[in-house]
Amino acid sequence: MFQPELEAMPRGELERLQVARAKDVLQRVYASVPLYTRKFDEAGFDPGSFTSLDDLKRVPFTVKDDMRSAYPYGMFAAPMRDIIRVHSSSGTTGQITVVGYTRGDIDRWSDLMARTYACAGATPDDVVQVTYGYGLFTGGLGAHYGSERLGALTIPVSGGNTKRQVQILKDFGVTVLACTPSYALLIAETAMEMGIDVRDLPLRIGVFGAEPWSESMRRQIEHAMGITAVDIYGLSEVMGPGVAAECVHQHGLHVFEDHFVIEIIDTETLERVPDGEYGEVVFTTLTKEGIPVIRYRTRDISRIIPEPCTCGRTFRRMERVTGRSDDMLIIRGVNVFPSQIEQVLGTIPGVAPHYLVVLSKKGSLDHVQVQVEVAPEYKIDEVRELERLQKRVKAEIESALAVSIEVKLVEPKTIARSEGKAKRVLDLRTDQGGA
Amino acid sequence: MIDQVSVFLENKTGRLAELCRTLGSAGIDMHALMVADTEEFGVVRIICDTPQAARDLLDGSGFSASVTPVLAVEIPDRPGGLADVLEALGAKGVSVEYAYCFVEPLGAAAVDIFKVDAPGADAALAAAGFRALSPAELYTPDVV
Repeated sequence: MFQPELEAMPRGELERLQVARAKDVLQRVYASVPLYTRKFDEAGFDPGSFTSLDDLKRVPFTVKDDMRSAYPYGMFAAPMRDIIRVHSSSGTTGQITVVGYTRGDIDRWSDLMARTYACAGATPDDVVQVTYGYGLFTGGLGAHYGSERLGALTIPVSGGNTKRQVQILKDFGVTVLACTPSYALLIAETAMEMGIDVRDLPLRIGVFGAEPWSESMRRQIEHAMGITAVDIYGLSEVMGPGVAAECVHQHGLHVFEDHFVIEIIDTETLERVPDGEYGEVVFTTLTKEGIPVIRYRTRDISRIIPEPCTCGRTFRRMERVTGRSDDMLIIRGVNVFPSQIEQVLGTIPGVAPHYLVVLSKKGSLDHVQVQVEVAPEYKIDEVRELERLQKRVKAEIESALAVSIEVKLVEPKTIARSEGKAKRVLDLRTDQGGA
Repeated sequence: MIDQVSVFLENKTGRLAELCRTLGSAGIDMHALMVADTEEFGVVRIICDTPQAARDLLDGSGFSASVTPVLAVEIPDRPGGLADVLEALGAKGVSVEYAYCFVEPLGAAAVDIFKVDAPGADAALAAAGFRALSPAELYTPDVV
């Protein structure tokens, strides 16, 4: 553990710390951010009356639109002269939002990312290749500062130029790779094409996040690279990566609760659900100065794993995010997460986990075509084997999604690979013209 | 048994031409080609020189290729010739997954390619007086 005195703090002490910090941040934002002054007043909430985490239920939620309408600096709680850096959301959904960091924020963020690496088993002896994009996206610099804080040798490659990534991975003796899971797969494939077996390299840990991925994809990456792959979680509105991280037990992500309060709410009633039940993840930042967020609705769907973890950290875990409610597709009235498709593909020999969902209209009905790559190592000689494979993929996806679909098998490596967040959905339904 | 190169292709205009050009540019001569297709995709089967090298070349050029062992049989060029061969295979319980035929320009006999599901097909044919062809009789084998 990078900060054992905090990460393994007794629960009672942790909760007292959370209450004290929550009270402080509620008072700070009420005094300095007009949006919160107005919201709290409208809800009749007095930050001075806050005495327990249960009182959070009385506090209004913050949503993405609040941050958009405050573009660019409207939600900053610290004076501009104290802000030393800005990042923005990666814009996967809608307009970008801007977040600001004070020197103290950057310092704490570095600690939290150092915890993230240590959680995955990394030490100052490791060599970390940071392949998240550097720039406005929080991934690159967040992963960079954390790796340096840990004391590891940090290689700031940023994204892109996959062959060079492989070359560096091999030549620099890299032991930890930090990137999106879909890019990790592309790196493994590219290495194979270059005649390099990643399993023969010193690489031992993958720190992967910034997009939803499945357990079967994890196993595939671990097998292809000969590594332990852990999931990390964060979003720019809350801080960036380093909000929660998996430990080597790979069973849920420890939420760094000394800095963030996690709640899971029912998306319909907006009430908190009991631990263990699925719902939308809501975060309150406890220590951020630049842009604290109060009960921020992430749109990510997960649940709390209430049982203590054997690693000794007392922070509760959230289950890997299976989907973002923004990514959720509504197909003929059924809610579908693309990650469910990936999960199914990972269990079928003969196909690769790369897919593209193409949504269109046939008459008034939604039509779903899932394009799936045949695995390059799959020996194809008979048409009926392909037809059998196609039927199996169709049947298994349909049973997972409860929606009927068409499956199109495509040649290996024909679905565009992404160097950042994977694009899995092509929605042509909105381009049907104004009939 | 001889080596056949099997390639998975999506039904896209020009894709078969790209496949043939890839082999042609590498100086690999094709002797026979058969396409089995459905509405969306096809499997192309090729008898060509240096099939292992052809497979590696195609795999490295963005195709999904594999090598499949198939049986090549010389068929007497007379009515009932093919039927005799199939009956000889059937009598030994060998079933044929697919077959296609081509005529070598110099010979009087046709050559049939069979994908069979059981070992012992060569022996069944030999016993019935037919001859399975060796790789070198049809194409330039790979240098091992």
